[in-house]
Amino acid sequence: MNPDEIRLVILDILASIAPDEDLSNLDDDVAFREQMELDSMDFLDIVMELRKRYRVQIPEDEYIQLGTMSSTVEYLVPMLRDVQSLA
Amino acid sequence: MSYDTIIIGAGLSGLAAGIRLAHFEKRVCVLERHTTIGGLNSFYRLRKHNHDVGLHAVTNYAPPGTRTGPLSKLLRQLRLRWDDFDLVPQVESSVVFPDRTLRFTNDFEYLKQQVAEQFPQQADNFQKLLGHIDAHDELDLFQRETSAREVLNGCISDPLLIDMLLCPLMFYGSPTPHDMDFTQFVIMFKSIFYEGFGRPFHGVRQIMKQIVRKFKSLGGELKLRAGVREIVTDNGRAVGVILDDGQELSGKNIVSSAGSAETLQLCPGDVPDNKADYAPGEISFVETISVLDRHPSELPHHETIVFYNHADSFHYECPNEPVDLRSGIICSPNNFQYDEPLDDGRIRITALANPACWMDLPEEEYVAQKARCFDEIADSAVKVMPEFREFTVDTDVFTPRTIRKFTGHLNGCVYGAPHKLRDGCTHLENLYLCGTDQGFLGIVGSMLSGITIANRYLLK
Repeated sequence: MNPDEIRLVILDILASIAPDEDLSNLDDDVAFREQMELDSMDFLDIVMELRKRYRVQIPEDEYIQLGTMSSTVEYLVPMLRDVQSLA
Repeated sequence: MSYDTIIIGAGLSGLAAGIRLAHFEKRVCVLERHTTIGGLNSFYRLRKHNHDVGLHAVTNYAPPGTRTGPLSKLLRQLRLRWDDFDLVPQVESSVVFPDRTLRFTNDFEYLKQQVAEQFPQQADNFQKLLGHIDAHDELDLFQRETSAREVLNGCISDPLLIDMLLCPLMFYGSPTPHDMDFTQFVIMFKSIFYEGFGRPFHGVRQIMKQIVRKFKSLGGELKLRAGVREIVTDNGRAVGVILDDGQELSGKNIVSSAGSAETLQLCPGDVPDNKADYAPGEISFVETISVLDRHPSELPHHETIVFYNHADSFHYECPNEPVDLRSGIICSPNNFQYDEPLDDGRIRITALANPACWMDLPEEEYVAQKARCFDEIADSAVKVMPEFREFTVDTDVFTPRTIRKFTGHLNGCVYGAPHKLRDGCTHLENLYLCGTDQGFLGIVGSMLSGITIANRYLLK
């Protein structure tokens, strides 16, 4: 997957976690925590969704990389480079 | 048949745990002894009328678009939309004591004003109490038990206000008489006074149906008429269950929502070191349900919930008589801010009951006592609301015996054991508790209980 595809995957995960949220104006450089008030349970769910969908393991001390859309995509690029997009 | 997790009880906590596990690809089976789902929050149809069991109102109300708080957390965890529960906010509720009434809505500022008006000397003290409440982390599973009355006495100097604040919180969740654990108090205070009451137009059915549909759509298995007779253990681990019909199922983990004492009874021969922590509760209720030929607002009765007490002080305890007529709860499911009215009018009145006075009565006496208590409870309630009995078209009554029959709770206790096993751990390393005896309360709390246990122990 390329960065654009990964971004879509993350958007899809966010939409599944918070189906009432309007994600069309999501700012890629502002923390999810601030924009959507995601809490630690939600971040854990993003990690678990990635594991479920793409079998990637994200160690707990690297969750901090998932703060914003930009940092999440950047972090995942090497991990998902060889994975086929499901979208 | 072998599962990753077997869940005992198809109430809200068990099904919510099941949704989390099934969503993350665990093989999970929910076992329910009864013929229908719901446990303490179920529903039934009687003589063409739909009734809710348990639910008066959903606490932890939050309007659509809310991103924080228990309801939002729950919806995200279960991947549900706000509309799936479609909660409609209450009109107004009250705590009615002799000579003093406190009203509250889902706007907490209103209660603050009420306290300031009714107890002018206590306004600052009330603020002080709020400081304690805000500073307390009620979701920390390792909080030590402390007395709510002690904290209240340390802030508020008028015992009447203390009783009036405790009354609705105890009625809606305290498993212990006279006093409650401060953490439980904070959970209840926030869920009732900060967040408030709501109800789906179709009652608890709406919530139960969404939850069970979700669970099944994720591949979760639900077996009704499948009571667990025994939890099979091997070397300090649970390895499976035996059903009432003798069938055996094996599971890597077991989650029980049956209650702590009730779960322990399923483990033959096992006596944990802390056996006293597994004592069953004794707080139970009788509820009378009246279907009216008109809406309560026409009586006129506009309040959503009325918590009343006629005595000089509030006695939250197991009474000596079948029911305690000194206090009670009047719930009118009609009095929420629906866009259209419900089909028929309802008045439900709930009062503390003594389980021992109900459990072993011969059928004839049981029926007679139900009828007698129905009238006595109504006599007590109409001191604080208009007479409604002449407009009654149908009635029903549930008692501690009904609760025991349908939930399996010893003593028919509604809020479970006095001592909560908050971390969900039991004497067996892979047997966990969720639901009432884990300690989160209310409709939203019960589901968060199942979610918490699933996340903490079964999805790592």
